[in-house]
Amino acid sequence: MQDVRGAKAVSIRLTKEWLAQEVAADHLAGTLGVYQIANEQQDVVFIGYAGGKSRFGLKGEVAEAFQRLSEAAFVRWEVNTAYMSRYKELLMIHVHDNGQLPLVKQPLALGQLRPAG
Amino acid sequence: MNLQLTEEQELVIAMVRRFVREEILPLELDLDPDAEELSPDDNARLIEKTKAMGLYGLDIPPEFGGPDIDLVTRTLMAVEMAQHRAGLYVPCYGTFGGAGLAQLFEATDEQKEKYLYPTLRGEKGGFFGLSEPSGGSDPARAIQTKAVQDGDDWIINGGKLWISGADKAQYGLVFARTANDKGRDGVTCFIVDTDTPGFSVRRVVHTLRSARYATELSFDDMRVPAANILGELNKGFAIANDRLSKQRIPYAAGCIGVAIKAQEMALEYVPQRETFGAPLSSRQAIQWMLVDNEIDIKQSLWLTLEAAAKAQRGESFRKEAAIAKLVATEAGGRVVDRCMQMFGGLGVAKDLPFERWFREMRIRRIGEGPSEVQRHVIARELLGSSLR
Repeated sequence: MQDVRGAKAVSIRLTKEWLAQEVAADHLAGTLGVYQIANEQQDVVFIGYAGGKSRFGLKGEVAEAFQRLSEAAFVRWEVNTAYMSRYKELLMIHVHDNGQLPLVKQPLALGQLRPAG
Repeated sequence: MNLQLTEEQELVIAMVRRFVREEILPLELDLDPDAEELSPDDNARLIEKTKAMGLYGLDIPPEFGGPDIDLVTRTLMAVEMAQHRAGLYVPCYGTFGGAGLAQLFEATDEQKEKYLYPTLRGEKGGFFGLSEPSGGSDPARAIQTKAVQDGDDWIINGGKLWISGADKAQYGLVFARTANDKGRDGVTCFIVDTDTPGFSVRRVVHTLRSARYATELSFDDMRVPAANILGELNKGFAIANDRLSKQRIPYAAGCIGVAIKAQEMALEYVPQRETFGAPLSSRQAIQWMLVDNEIDIKQSLWLTLEAAAKAQRGESFRKEAAIAKLVATEAGGRVVDRCMQMFGGLGVAKDLPFERWFREMRIRRIGEGPSEVQRHVIARELLGSSLR
């Protein structure tokens, strides 16, 4: 979507490919960012972020989530230094698309998004 | 201008300083470095405290239930309230309340009942919808959102960009063009309920500021009753201008607060940190950074207090507010940058607040009218009608 300022608006849904934990572990690093965990049916069951207090960034957060969530089968993530606003955005989009939140890393006061498409 | 603080001012400032240091800073240790909100329990507890202190709703005039505190004292308080990690954009995490830019003091009685009083009670929140994708610095010309009258209603089409808090608000002030060929005299301010059909928050706009994000709005055949016009038809730009001028003083004060805190941390650090067998504080390069910080802070503070004092006396303060905003936002950026330099690697780590202040301070030179627009405002005040 090219807008009048010549900038391309960021796609607001996280649409990267789902990876199994073993595959993801080879690619995840200690970076800041957001992630989603899905079950075998690839339905999102958890949304989290790796922030300034995450000891090993996304790698540590995702490993910990897989240990804790019995139905966790897949993960996808986005390296993002604006992890807090992106995290809130993913939660709001999830509510818009599904009517309710999945399990989350941290409950926060959310607004309402009505994204296009 | 009298630079001696009164006993009452000293007392209020000490109270706010203690609140920040004893209530906010300890909580912040456990929050994410980019957090913008406290837990609901802590939030409610601290709001009770600010109410008990008689300091809740600082920007609300006493006739509407706000505390009777003059603007100079409020400015000094704003400097104190910003002295923590989230202090630039979320001073004390909002526990001092207030109406922000969405003030409705010129509203009709009916509008006050529906929007103003619930806002002052903390039951409703509003957003300020001025900037558009076509530009925010020259809103009078850039506004392309259109409102067309249809019986007793107005139909609004268009969009807004860089709008904070719209996704959580119950209503907002939306500035729309109601007369095509009249420039700033063709803009009207509408109070819009966010559950109105046609109102959408399309996306979060991600910026350097991860907390307190901005949003993009769209209005598609949004029907708003004529009774929701704030002030007069085609006189909305004066309302926008009034809010923006007033906002420049607390905007500058926030930058000064952060700069003071950064300098305080640096002054504590440099005598302890040793390099090549001597403390950093013994190095002239470091001393000069501290001196330049001090000069930046003092200049910003006095200019901002001068603007506040003029506004308090009911005099025109447009030029002084623009100078304060320009100087404090630029000086604040320099101070935080120098402090990061003194802290070295620690200065850029998320362990300390400098990196957040650095990112957020950069926005301050653009937000609420960039430095170049402030210079334009000042030039216009100096040259008067000879400058178009």
